[in-house]
Amino acid sequence: MADTLAIETKDLTKNYGKVTVVDHLNFHVKESEVFGLLGPNGAGKTTTILMMLGLTEPVSGSVRVFGFDSTREPIKVKRIVGYLPEAVGFYDNLTARENLEFVADLNNISRVESKQRVDKALEMVGLTAERDMPTGKFSRGMKQRLGIADVLIKEPKLIILDEPTSGLDPQGINQLLELIAGLPKMGTTVLLSSHQLYQVQRVCHSIGILSKGKMVIEGSIDKLGREALAGGRYIIEVEIAEPKTGLADIIRKVQGVEKVEADGNMLKISAASDLRSQIAKVVVGNDALLVQMKVHEFSLDDIYMKYFKESQD
Amino acid sequence: MLAIIRKELADYFNSIRFLVLFLMVLVAGGCGLYAAQQGIRAALEQSQAVTEGGFIFLALFTSSWGGLPILTLAIAIIVPITGIVLGFDTINSERSGGTMSRLLAQPVYRDSVINGKFLAGIMAMALIVGTTILLVAGYGLRMIGVPPTAEEIIRLFLFLVIIIIYGAFWMGLAMLFSVVFRRAAGSLLIPIVIFLIFYFFWVFLGFGQAIAEAVAPIIAGTDVATQIQQAGLQQTIMRLSPSFIFQEAYIVLLVPMWKGLGAITYSDLAYILPNPLSLGQCLLVIWPHMVGLISLSAICFGISYIVFMKQEIRAT
Repeated sequence: MADTLAIETKDLTKNYGKVTVVDHLNFHVKESEVFGLLGPNGAGKTTTILMMLGLTEPVSGSVRVFGFDSTREPIKVKRIVGYLPEAVGFYDNLTARENLEFVADLNNISRVESKQRVDKALEMVGLTAERDMPTGKFSRGMKQRLGIADVLIKEPKLIILDEPTSGLDPQGINQLLELIAGLPKMGTTVLLSSHQLYQVQRVCHSIGILSKGKMVIEGSIDKLGREALAGGRYIIEVEIAEPKTGLADIIRKVQGVEKVEADGNMLKISAASDLRSQIAKVVVGNDALLVQMKVHEFSLDDIYMKYFKESQD
Repeated sequence: MLAIIRKELADYFNSIRFLVLFLMVLVAGGCGLYAAQQGIRAALEQSQAVTEGGFIFLALFTSSWGGLPILTLAIAIIVPITGIVLGFDTINSERSGGTMSRLLAQPVYRDSVINGKFLAGIMAMALIVGTTILLVAGYGLRMIGVPPTAEEIIRLFLFLVIIIIYGAFWMGLAMLFSVVFRRAAGSLLIPIVIFLIFYFFWVFLGFGQAIAEAVAPIIAGTDVATQIQQAGLQQTIMRLSPSFIFQEAYIVLLVPMWKGLGAITYSDLAYILPNPLSLGQCLLVIWPHMVGLISLSAICFGISYIVFMKQEIRAT
């Protein structure tokens, strides 16, 4: 395979006493993509992340980050991974700049280089004005943004964000999501752990849903939606001005259409591929007044709720 | 690790805590110096050091006057407190501040974190104690006008080394509790209580002596061998306290006229020469004490090291 995998887990397992937190987890994240790790509280998201960083040892199985075993070579992994923990903290007595410079120092970044990187990172998260303020005076949202800057300082190949949007105002969330969406262009892979489905949907290319330590489903969002909720079919919704009898039967005869449900002005067509143009032709050709038609897009909520119900049962 | 030491030292130097500790040690040094100024003549005449051409400069550190404490005693009380205050929140403050997981996500070994903090603490303490002793020595020199001999300088230096080892023990103890306890209150209180028991109750108020005498009474009239044996046992019991070990060590170093640590019979007393114990012999006497103190610090640090390495690092 040409493209390297940013993260690859093999039967990753972790338990605390009798409680299995992560259970034979297998998944991978490709390079330069934004991967959303979803799941309810206690699904094992943070534990999985900690194992990726080598901060927690797995009971069995392994994680590889860009080919490095996280348990055996944690330093090599930490050199290329930036991690923003859920409850990020800073040294309250130091200023924003000093906090970042300390991290740069820990990463063996030269003094000159670190100065430039700190300025750039603070600018990216919009904290340039507050750079000489002690972080003890920072609000929750400002700390969160400083946390992002803290991760960017290292210029990592992989960024792991654990609930990055908590505590941010809507504007801050937008800025952050834009920032995250722009990262793959710079060659950075992002792993985003979150409950905020809408935000995940906006920036992630692929998602994985974790429940009770197991990966319930994994893949790209649109593919997942079709597979999960419509058995891999397209759902096309057609709205006409007034109900017309017999139209449903005519549409059913179109090549590729599998099922048509008529409900007043609405027709719900299930098809193997995107047949909008053919259907439009048939509808208009039968003198029905077409108001609008669209391919039903599956929101992450649909996927999430469906898989949750399944795993709860 | 250098980055961590740098940061910790910078933190110490900017903190009010460090300033307060420094002032405390300086005040103790000043007090002791004042006591020495008042009492040094009497002390020297009493110990016949003047006539023996002995250790006049060292008497600065060991003379008392009225109710004022001897300089070394003041330092012996304050150094453990300094160690505890510098070490009690090294690890759990990182935890409660949420900086621990961020710090450990950087490419540093976990042991560099604890090593760096311990070393930075020792450096800060060495700076406080070293500066104070130098200041006291300097003012003392001005005061009495008798320069220290080479041997006295070596003895003072060794005294400094022992103080730092002793302080490192208390800092290691405080760090151990800072690894085990999540709250800073617990990790401050427990080492201080331990210090109070080992120093104030055991050594200062004489509880240790009382217990030792109860366990191994020296009964008058029994034969000499048994009495000496009992005295040895008493001393061993007293040495359960690290503060007592430290006290013995610095007395031997700074008061060369002191005659040994064990029991001396009256018949032997007649044969003792009224001259100071040479430096080499002093070192020989306190060697076990130094090893004991170093190993105590090493044990404290070692336990906290192991506990810290095995600890789970959860984000919350």
